[in-house]
Order: sequence, then C-alpha cells, then structure tokens
Amino acid sequence: MITLKINGLEVEAEEGSTILEAATKVGVKIPTFCHDPRLVPHGSCRICVVELEGGRNLPTACTTPVAEGMNIQTESKEVVETRREILDLILANHPLDCLTCEKSGRCTLQDLCFKYDVKETTHRGAKKCHPIDESNPFYYSDQNKCILCGKCVYVCSQLQGTNAIGFAERGFPTHIATPFNEGLAHSTCVSCGNCVSVCPVGALMPKSKEKFRYWETRTVRTTCSYCGVGCQMDLVVKENSVVGIDPVMAVPNDGLLCVKGKFAFNFINHPNRLKKPLVRKEGKLVEATWEEAYQVIADQINEIKTKDGADAIAGFSSARALTEENYLMQKLMRAVVGTNNVDHCARL
Amino acid sequence: MAKNILTEENFLRLHKTIQLNRGKKGALMPVLHEAQKIFGCIPLEVQKRISEELGVPLSEIYGVVTFYSQFTLEPRGEYVIGVCLGTACYVKNAQPILDKVAELTGASVGGTSPDGKFSLEATRCIGACGLAPVLTVNEDVYGRLVVGDVPGIVAKY
Amino acid sequence: MKSIQELEQACQRGLEKINIRLNSVDEKHIDKSDEDKKHKEKNHVMVCGGTGCTSSGCQKIIGKLDEELKKHQLTEEIKVIKTGCFGLCEAGPIIITHPDGTFYSRVNPEDIEKIVENHLIEGNIVKDLLYKGAIKQDEIKPFHEVDFYKKQKRVALRNCGAIDPENIYEYIALDGYKALAKVLTEMTPEGVIDEMKRSGLRGRGGGGFPAGLKWDFTAKAKGDQKYVACNADEGDPGAFMDRSVLEGDPHAVIEAMAIAAYAVGSDMGYVYIRAEYPIAVSRLQIAIDQAREIGLLGKDILGTGFNFDLEIRLGAGAFVCGEETALINSIEGKRGMPRPRPPFPAHKGIWNKPTLLNNVETYANVPQIILKGADWFANMGTEKSKGTKVFALGGKINNTGLVEIAMGTTLKEVIYDIGGGIPNGKKFKAVQTGGPSGGCIPANYLETPIDYDNLISLGSMMGSGGMIVMDEDNCMVDIARFFLDFTVEESCGKCTPCREGTKRMLEILERIADGEGELSDLDKLQSMAKTIKSASLCGLGQTAPNPVLSTLHYFRHEYEAHVKDKKCPAGVCQALLQYMVIPELCKKCGICAKKCPTSCIDGVKGKEVYVIRQEDCVKCGACMAACPFKAIKKG
Repeated sequence: MITLKINGLEVEAEEGSTILEAATKVGVKIPTFCHDPRLVPHGSCRICVVELEGGRNLPTACTTPVAEGMNIQTESKEVVETRREILDLILANHPLDCLTCEKSGRCTLQDLCFKYDVKETTHRGAKKCHPIDESNPFYYSDQNKCILCGKCVYVCSQLQGTNAIGFAERGFPTHIATPFNEGLAHSTCVSCGNCVSVCPVGALMPKSKEKFRYWETRTVRTTCSYCGVGCQMDLVVKENSVVGIDPVMAVPNDGLLCVKGKFAFNFINHPNRLKKPLVRKEGKLVEATWEEAYQVIADQINEIKTKDGADAIAGFSSARALTEENYLMQKLMRAVVGTNNVDHCARL
Repeated sequence: MAKNILTEENFLRLHKTIQLNRGKKGALMPVLHEAQKIFGCIPLEVQKRISEELGVPLSEIYGVVTFYSQFTLEPRGEYVIGVCLGTACYVKNAQPILDKVAELTGASVGGTSPDGKFSLEATRCIGACGLAPVLTVNEDVYGRLVVGDVPGIVAKY
Repeated sequence: MKSIQELEQACQRGLEKINIRLNSVDEKHIDKSDEDKKHKEKNHVMVCGGTGCTSSGCQKIIGKLDEELKKHQLTEEIKVIKTGCFGLCEAGPIIITHPDGTFYSRVNPEDIEKIVENHLIEGNIVKDLLYKGAIKQDEIKPFHEVDFYKKQKRVALRNCGAIDPENIYEYIALDGYKALAKVLTEMTPEGVIDEMKRSGLRGRGGGGFPAGLKWDFTAKAKGDQKYVACNADEGDPGAFMDRSVLEGDPHAVIEAMAIAAYAVGSDMGYVYIRAEYPIAVSRLQIAIDQAREIGLLGKDILGTGFNFDLEIRLGAGAFVCGEETALINSIEGKRGMPRPRPPFPAHKGIWNKPTLLNNVETYANVPQIILKGADWFANMGTEKSKGTKVFALGGKINNTGLVEIAMGTTLKEVIYDIGGGIPNGKKFKAVQTGGPSGGCIPANYLETPIDYDNLISLGSMMGSGGMIVMDEDNCMVDIARFFLDFTVEESCGKCTPCREGTKRMLEILERIADGEGELSDLDKLQSMAKTIKSASLCGLGQTAPNPVLSTLHYFRHEYEAHVKDKKCPAGVCQALLQYMVIPELCKKCGICAKKCPTSCIDGVKGKEVYVIRQEDCVKCGACMAACPFKAIKKG
C-alpha cells in the first residue's frame, strides 16, 4: 500500500493504481471526459489535471500512478485556472446550442462549465464544420459537438471489437470518422450503440422518437430480456413511457449492450402493439376477451394432449415479453402441459 | 479515372509486398509506403485490400493514412499548377485565371484532373508580385497573365 | 568476422589504405616512409555527398572527376571518395584533397579540369577556387585550420567527410567497431552502463535526459524481449545534424546501438528515420547490409555469442513522431499520437516491451566514450552538460552549416568566430535555438556559455541543435507566428490544450500581424501559453508556446508596436506596412506607377512627384523594387 496526500487528507492506495482511483476511493471527485476504467488510459482531454507538489507540469489524474509521499491538490487555484482554460478552448470549437441540444442535463461539458463558471468562450476563430451523419437507423453522429475524448473509438475497438470508427486527419482538423467518411451505414458498425453510451457530450445521440429532457426522466433498473446473458440496464422513463436505455456498469455486461438491448425498446409504446387477445374466427383474427382466449387455448391444449400426447405441443415465447412472463410460460409448459418443448427467440 | 492506377498488375505488386511484410510486426507502415509508391496514392480500394490481407481494420488504416502527410488519398498530377492567390495577383484577376485552368484541365482546386496529368493548387503569395498575376507549373513560372494566355500554357504540357 | 583478431587485421589493412588522409585530420598515422612503400596512391579527393552538396550538383562533379582522371590515366594514383557532409554547407559543393587538405568550395563541374590538371598533376593549387577563408595573403591553410573548423571539436561528426560512408572498412580503419569489441570482451553490461553514466552524456534530441540513466532503467526493466531504438526522425526546421551523421558515418550509430543492446540485454533494434532523408536511408541500409555481411550484425558477433540485428522503419511526414512515444506508436504501425508517460519506454516501449530510445547524435558519441573513456568525455563541456554538441547554423549568418563545439562555448563564439557573423553589415537581433520548442535569445545574452540548463533559463532550449540567427530585418512577431504555424500544422490532435490552444494562439498572432491585435491579446497569449505548457500531453505541446513566450519576454516592445501603433518595426508584417515615395528623391520617372499592379500610384511623368494612394495599395513592393533611385521606402 502506498500513502499519499490528497487535498491534505492522508490516503492509502494500492500500488499501480492511479491518482484518480485513489481520489475516487476517498470520495474526492476529479472531473473527466476521456477516462473510462475499461479502456487503456490515454490521457487525451487533460481536464483531470491536478497539482503535484514538486512536479514540473500538471499531471493527469487518470494516467499518473500513485507514488509514496505524493502531495496532491485537486482543486488548487492553478488547477482550476487550467481547467477553465481547457473548457474555454473546448467551447471555442463547440456549438453553444444547449437550449435545443438533446444531451442537455446530462452533458459533462455543460456540467463542468457550470461547475467552473465558464459562461462562454473568450476565443474567436475557426470552428469545425462537419455534416451530421444520420445514416445509421438508431443513432446519429454530429462531429461538430465532438470534443475528441476518443472514448467512442476506443470502446468500438477495444471493447466491442468492431472498429467501425477511428480518428481521421491530425491536429486541429482531427475528427472521428468512418473510413473515407462514407457514413456509419457503410461502415462495419453493428449499431451496438456503446459509443453512444460513453459519449460525454451530444456528438453521438440516439434517434429518439420522443422529445424529452433528462431532468423529466427517472431510471428503472432491469435485466435485458432479449437473450440469456442477463445484461443489466437502466430504462430511462418519462412519465409512463420508456424513452431510452442505458447500460449499467455491473456484471455481466460491464456497461455494454447490443443493438437490441440499447435501441430495441420502441415496441413498448408502439401504437400497433397488441393489448388485447385475438382469436382466429373463420380465417380471420378477431379481438376477443381474455376469458374467451384462455378458453380456446385450454380447449386446444387438452384436445391435442389427449389425442397425441403432451409432446405434440410446444411453447414459443418472445424476448419482448418480461423475463417473469417467459419464466411462467416455460413453467406452464413443463408443469401443467407436461412437455419440455419450450423455446424462445433469443436462442436463435 | 482515365489513367487507371487500380490495375491488376499493381494489385499483384501490392499482394507481393504484403506477403513479404506479413510476418513482420508493425507491417502496416512499410506496406503503406510501398502502396503509395505502387499506386501513387492510397485510395479506398487499396486500403480495403490491405485491410483484408493484413488483417488490420479499415478504420485504423484510414486513420493512419490521413495522419501522415506523405500518404495521399488521391494521386497528385504529373504537373502541379499553382495559381497565386496572393493579394497582388488576386486584384489583377487571378481568380478568372484559376477558373480557366480548372476548366481546361478538369482539375478542381486542391484536386487532380481525371487523366491524372494536372493537380491544381491555389497558392499563397509566391513573392512575384511584380509579375502578377502568376502561375507556376512544377518549376516553371509564368507571369503577367491574361485569361487568354492560359490555353497556350496548358497546351505546352 | 568471427574474432577480435580479424577485426584488428581489418583495421590495420584499412588504415594503410586511408592513411594518406590522416596527416591532416587525425593525430594517428603510420610512419610516412612505411606507408609510401606500400601504396602508390598519391591523392585522395574527397567530394561532399551530403544532401546539401547533392542538390548543388556534387554528382556531376564526381562524374567529371572520374572522366578527367580516366583521361589522364590517373585512376590508380588518385582516388575519388564520396563522403558525408563536411559541415560548411554554405560553401558547397565542397572538395577537399589529401594529403594536403586543400579546401575548394562552390566548385562547378567546369572547374574540375583545372583542379585535376593544375593541382593534382602539376601540384599547383587553384587559388581562385579555394574557400575564401582558406587563403590569406597567399598563405594557404588546410581545411582544418580555417576559422570555421578551428574552434570546433568534432566527436559525433568526427568521421563525416573523412571516410567513405558506404565502405565499412574505412570506418573500421578509424577504430570502427573496436568499442563494440571492447564491451563484448572486456566489459560487463553493468560496466558499460556505469561508463555511460560517468560520461555525463545527455540526450541530444532535445530533452537532455542523462543517457546512462535511460540505459540503466531499460537494463533493469523486466521483460523477455527488449528493444533498442534510434530516433532519426529529425524534424526541427533548420536542424540536420542527425541526417549528416547518418549520411557521413552510419556505422557509428550501428555500433553504438549494438553496444547499447549488449548493455540493456536486447537483441533487436529499430532505426526510425524520416522518409524525407533518402540519402541517409540508403547509406544506413548499405551500412546495415555490410555489417551483417561481415558478421558485425546478426548472430554470434565477433565470436562472442552476442546477437543483435537492426531494422529500418521509415516515418511518413509527421513531426510529432520525433516524440518518443509517438515514434513507438508509429513503429507499431499506428497513428503517431503520443502515449501518456509513465509508463516510460524503458518499461513499456515498442509492443509494450522495455525499449531504449536515443537519438542519432547521442548514439554517435557512444563508441568514442567507450574507447577513450568516460573521463575523456566528461572533461569536455560544463558541469552539467558534458561533451560536445552539434549545431545547425542558419538564417542571417555567413557560414551556414553544421558545427560541433564543446559544451560551454559561448553563443558569440559560435555565431561570430565560427559562423562568421551577420552578412551585409546588418545588426544581430536574436538567435533562435531549439526549433519550434525553443525560443529567441537577444543580443545581451550572447556571452552565455551554451549548455542545456543555460538555454532553458533563457526561456529557450537546446532542442536538437537548430540555431537560426536573426538580424534587424526579422520581425519577432512574425517569427513567433512562423513557429506556431508549424506546431499547429504538426500537432497530432490528441490532447485538448495543444490541438485547440496552439490554434487559438496562432489566430491571435495572425490578428496582431494584421494590425487587429489588442493589448489584452498579449495577456491572453501569456495565460494560454501557461496552460498549454503545463497541461499538454507530450513535449510538442509542452514546449510549443516557447517561441511566443520568449519573444514576448525579450521583444515585448515589438508586439506593442504592432498592437498600439499598428506598425511593424522590422517592416515584415505586410498589413502594417506603408510604401511611400520620398519626394526629395523622386525623379518623376513614372516607372513605379507603371509597375504597380493596382495602379495606385499617381503623378505626372517629368512634372509631378509620384504619390501612393494607401487605400488601394496591396503592399506588394513592386514599386520599391522597380524604382531606380531608391525613392520609395516602406515602414
């Protein structure tokens, strides 16, 4: 164990851990844009700089390992001035459209500008100008809002293994791009949306069917029902409808989701969703009462079972039903009907 | 492209280069250097082939090619025409000259003609204001131009 | 070569062959009478084949020499050797003849006939072709006695110009690979590292980190595979010493890397070199091939069981790859974006394996340190900066070229005694050292002895050794803008302060140069510079503001003139210039009006003094150039 001081407080930290980890452990918050514990540390955004006694420059908390006897200030005058300057620089190349930006209320840039009282940029000059890539059906990429933290690129390459996007060009014109800027639809993108989940600003946003503000929502923790992995996720709920889904940093998915988990929730509030049972009468499906439908099911199961035995019956249920419903369905088939013929679309 | 660089022969040379480098760690840069030599640039088709044969993601290759200034996505022409758009030239009607060169060669500003013969650049002041307006073709300098001179100059090459 | 004895024999044989050159260069030579018996070679004609002299046509000169010598059937007696750079690029193409050391400069192919017939056959030196500093009142000095060379101390450059870099035996003749033989047979790896530490050699690429410590860290790092790498991605505009070493003495680098590999426990090395240096690349490749062929690279070197091999990797046009972690990424085939340090390359370098990385000039010193001892090296220089340093002198200076001096030599000695001062009687204004990472040092610090720490305390740095001299005609705002423009272009774009910050600083400087600056801009530059320096990821960003800071510090009055008076005192910033006709001098000839591209000069030929209408003037300067009476001034 290594002993160091953070803001005057004596802290114990494991050897090899970073200043950021040591600070987080004792509840000292250091702001970050580009840090993600799952990724190889890269230290791009520099917002997490701290003051290290005796140090020549300001080291980044996310990449600097702790050392015995370090004396660190996380909000000293110099640190705060530097962070303000960095925010000022980011804002100089960022559209100030928080009034209409869908990320508002959950934007790290907005939060940090609020925290450090950066109202507007003091710079004038060139700004980036990229067309918005709307080619993906589930999310869009607005590079004008990108702050080049790089998390999307690294999540795509290091965690998802898809390598759909990368850095293009260098220096001031650097931007995140699909090869030859051909658009996400023409890339190897599998629409997992993990880049969207990690974007700290509004550069990568889900295409939302409904307008909402994050402060109007609450989250509901649930388990994804699409397959057997059991990914943990938070439903973003406005009033009584699901408007978005966030992965949870927990076992087993560690903050990742697939295209279904991340984006395939619109059926929940879809107007065409079946809310009442349909029974086929004279070749046509007609609305019926639950009692009537149950009667039809029970009669037919009994009839088939008597004639051909229980194994002539199979149950097939949907990933879009609740996990509990799926459980009950297989229980019904095994315990009541007496067959193991159960299946589920997630197995496909 | 009139002058087809994406020939089977070139791809065969690329394939041989990749075979030669495949076992090497960090083979991408040497392969890209060779590709730039073989094709005169590294366009999408070439990057795709390198990606497939070397097993490096296309997005990474594109990132590397656009990072280093010696790799280009488009071939540079045999002749690089620079039309000076410095102030002195500009006020002496350099813009119509630039437009005329673009029209005659088929190269857009910053681009290359379809036959790969000419690249066109609008340059900063080249310090020949006394000769304004000026254009350069590789090492040759032409000054005191009027639009009518352009066809004659282009025809020389 | 399977043994030390074989190497020694090769050295002896080689020495006999090149002895004719040594009388004038080296303290070491065989007794002349002995040598005369063995060889009938009468002269060696050394033609500089460095990049500078190649572009001024040395290839044609060599062709012509061969032709003339054939004509006179002298090919047996007179040998032509294409060497590396002699350093005095200003005077190129250069020819030096041995044994007399005659120094011909600015030689044209047409001059060759005279040199062959008059000098080489008749023995009469062609005086009007001599370098101007090599002849004083009919007294002809050999090249090593001219002012440019006299004050130099050549360690890293010792073989440049003295040997044929494409012939390994010439290198061996001058004790080449003897240092490697020594470490492999007489020294332990720890002993080598200790020698390096004691020598006090610091990294010559810019940072000045003690080389011995780096070697030690890499040696102590745990890893099944270690690499030794050479940074030959010399990118500072105006610096070309690494290129010259590779062009003139590539084996010194190969030998040093092998020594380093032995010391740190590696068997594989990489040289990362700019693709813009084709001559250096090809000579290095030839050198590697030759070394491999005679067993000085590869398996079981000199029969000692030590294995080491080298591979060249080419850069592709990115200045930032001179930064060590960016270089490592580039070798790995990635974008040259620097990695955070720690972990340092000594622990996690190429493919995350412990890697020793030094630059060309640093390595070039190593064989000498091993052979002559750490004390010999540490005796040169200042307390904290030992040995010598190569500088590339350029800008407003008479002797443009490469000079190697002992650390502690003053700026003044380099600029005036070696560099020959400022041309055209102009006044010295500042010297810029350290390239885009350095700063401008004004006249009152010219007595400063050059070393790492002094330059840093003056707000500049050693960098890789560029030294650009500026006179009164240079505008310091423009110089700052020039260097920042370079950094902005070459920033990798990874970290925020460098990517966004240098761009904004450049925009401010452009506004100042355009006459749109405000006084608050100067404070803004200062505060941004502080952030960029302290918060950037790598050395490029951390030093990028130096040219601005140092000029702001020493030449603030020039900035203020731009901002407050909207004037450029040096007359460089176009937007702040005014061209004016001096009425007393105007002869009313009208030539200026005729030349004016915007027809903004009014007057009547022969009757009225001409006047420039400022609102229409585009400040192209054509009028001033055309006026036969110097009646137009700018200011």
